[in-house]
Amino acid sequence: MDTPSINPKDQEYISAKSYLLQTSTDSGFNLYDHLSTCLTKILDERPENVYDVFEDISKDTKRSKFTSNKGEGEDADQDPEDDAETPLPNLMELAFYFEQAGVGLNREEVIRVWMALKQLVDTHNLQHVRFWGKVFGTEQSYYVAEVEYREGEEEQEEEEEEAEENADEDTEKEEGEEGEEEAEEDDTPKPDFKPPPVVPKEDKAGPNKKTYFVCNDPGKPWIKLPLVTPAQVTAARSIKKFFTGRLDAPVVSYPPFPGNESNYLRAQICRISAGTHISPLGFYQFDEEEEEEEEGEGRDNFVENLDFEGIPVKELVDPSLSNWVHHVQHILPQGRCVWWNPVQKNEDEFEDEEEEEEREEPDEPEPEQGPPLLTPLSEDAEIGSMPPWTSRLSSNLIPQYAIACINSNLWPGAHAFATGKKFENVYVGHGHKYSQDNYSPPSVPAIMEEFPSGPEITEAEDPTPEEEAALRAARQEAAEAAEDMEEAEEEGSDED
Amino acid sequence: MEGCELHLTIDYVGSSGIILSPEQKAALQTSLVILQSENKFKKVYFWGKILGIKDDYFIAQGTGKDEMAERRTFYSKDCVHWGLLPPATKLVRETSKLAKGRFTGDPSFEFEHVETKKVGEGEDATEEEETITIKEEDRLASVIAEIDEDVKIVPRASFIKTPTGLVVPNRSFEGLTVSEAAKLCSYMHFRDPKLMLEKSLLQKANLDKSIDFLDTLEDDIPKGSWSLQFERGSGLATLRSLLWLGYVFYHVPGSRKFGSVYVGTGERNLDLPFML
Repeated sequence: MDTPSINPKDQEYISAKSYLLQTSTDSGFNLYDHLSTCLTKILDERPENVYDVFEDISKDTKRSKFTSNKGEGEDADQDPEDDAETPLPNLMELAFYFEQAGVGLNREEVIRVWMALKQLVDTHNLQHVRFWGKVFGTEQSYYVAEVEYREGEEEQEEEEEEAEENADEDTEKEEGEEGEEEAEEDDTPKPDFKPPPVVPKEDKAGPNKKTYFVCNDPGKPWIKLPLVTPAQVTAARSIKKFFTGRLDAPVVSYPPFPGNESNYLRAQICRISAGTHISPLGFYQFDEEEEEEEEGEGRDNFVENLDFEGIPVKELVDPSLSNWVHHVQHILPQGRCVWWNPVQKNEDEFEDEEEEEEREEPDEPEPEQGPPLLTPLSEDAEIGSMPPWTSRLSSNLIPQYAIACINSNLWPGAHAFATGKKFENVYVGHGHKYSQDNYSPPSVPAIMEEFPSGPEITEAEDPTPEEEAALRAARQEAAEAAEDMEEAEEEGSDED
Repeated sequence: MEGCELHLTIDYVGSSGIILSPEQKAALQTSLVILQSENKFKKVYFWGKILGIKDDYFIAQGTGKDEMAERRTFYSKDCVHWGLLPPATKLVRETSKLAKGRFTGDPSFEFEHVETKKVGEGEDATEEEETITIKEEDRLASVIAEIDEDVKIVPRASFIKTPTGLVVPNRSFEGLTVSEAAKLCSYMHFRDPKLMLEKSLLQKANLDKSIDFLDTLEDDIPKGSWSLQFERGSGLATLRSLLWLGYVFYHVPGSRKFGSVYVGTGERNLDLPFML
């Protein structure tokens, strides 16, 4: 042995000390130093009942040593974040104004929604975020956020989603084709009926200009609603159903609704937005540069008017309501904001079908027209004999400081307020349009005729014996005449 | 909901979009106390709000010793001055059903309903038009009576029937448990029972006579005319009526706190069967 001078006890002591001196991989300190600091502290301070408070002393010592390695970095990061423009709206301020008007949600709930919106802003690259409102369902409610993506960001997200969707669609298509082949083998009769052409949806314009996220409870994940198609808008107009609160719930209705509850919710949201999103006159204006480019067609772009000075509250609550304008495009009966001509596309198809008897060329359909963007509310149609909007001051006792609030009678639950340069819209309701008459589902269309009635399938009366005899005689005569002719011809040829 | 705690309890229904502005809260807090002492009510309740086109009606109800039988209804347009509503007699309620459309906000407004009647028989029959006018104040009274009859609810055992027939608050009511609060059979219509009389003896065998003297929501037709939801975890049960859109009932399970309020247009949702 090289170290005979060290006896086994010393050896143990050394190994124990070296164990205690091991630095922790997490914090970089060792127990030996820690114990010695603690003991020094105890001996210095001589606290009473040291056995009982030893843990605290140990904790204090540890805490005093702790330095955050992130500290400086975080502060540096936060400052620019505060300066940077965040799309998150000041929801509390808006809630304050809505509370003056006696509408909206209570404050705690608004804070929770605000937190949820913050989460949405943090996870998506958004340019503009609004709290659209709350829609009650029978089982759960929906909180709806209206967002606009930064340019290009949406495509990225969509591409990812589409990649997944396409995979599913491909398999479906294949199945569909197989199905058709089988049908041909069986030679089943195919209906003559051609469905009217599907109206194409507007992408990133009209009803799909903005994107909507919903969640059932603030804090639960936000779910993006699918784009709305014109067929869904027109179908949503003719049905009236309660929302359940489950996005994947089927919509059982007549006429059948193309899609599930998420599509129905999306269709109602765009109808409500088109009907009730209003702003004080002059807050928005048309972009002058774009004006020249798009002539004839309705302009669909506007910019914030920087010179807007605000309209006095008294003028805003004037019952004529000419100081409020719609800033969301009207949705035409077709389900689109810009009219689409269904005939254009059909022409090629008509040429292909030459066999078919020439149909009358359908008349050029009258283009549907709605009021242009930024039309004053005074142009809105009345509901029966009822004005579509109700305006009032938030306070009759102190009208000097009151704000203007306006409630929709057409969409009960849609409210707006305005004061100075601030205004906001919110919807809290069941998501149904008001009508004075009770809802009655459209009647079933008339049953289609199975065959076009013609001579082939109409029953003719049987000929009488006399008629038969006459016919037979006529035939005989004709046959004889033909024979005579033949004979005459033969004779003629012999002569040659 | 009770008038004296209105500023606290109104927050329970805020998630249903029912909000009072601070000005209205302040006014109600004062005027309801005055209303109570002037009319010597035992309790005064803030019943709700009926939205008119030009103006809204705020409704309050005062009760005497028997909460079900002794009830008087008041309305106000500014939350300060209260006017007594005429009693909703059967005749008034029948004619009020003919009025169509929203309330206007003017109690003296008259709705007109034209009814065509056939006079005479056979070929001599001629159609005669009869115009019925309905005063908005009467219609308001009858709508409130209808809502009370159709949807006013209380948790089971919160009221008891004494042997003398008085309906009084149950002093030993400690609130429903969370699992009870999730069932519709724990809530009862606060009106004279209708369906109870039709039940068989077997069904009534297990009922407690002093507690189960009311109809439960379970028997309501159509099924699904109530939307029961929990909020704040299970800290607040909210029931919304789909028959009278705007009627909201809340109960904090495990406490005596419950109440209801109606804020709506005062029109019954007749489309309900199509909408479920």
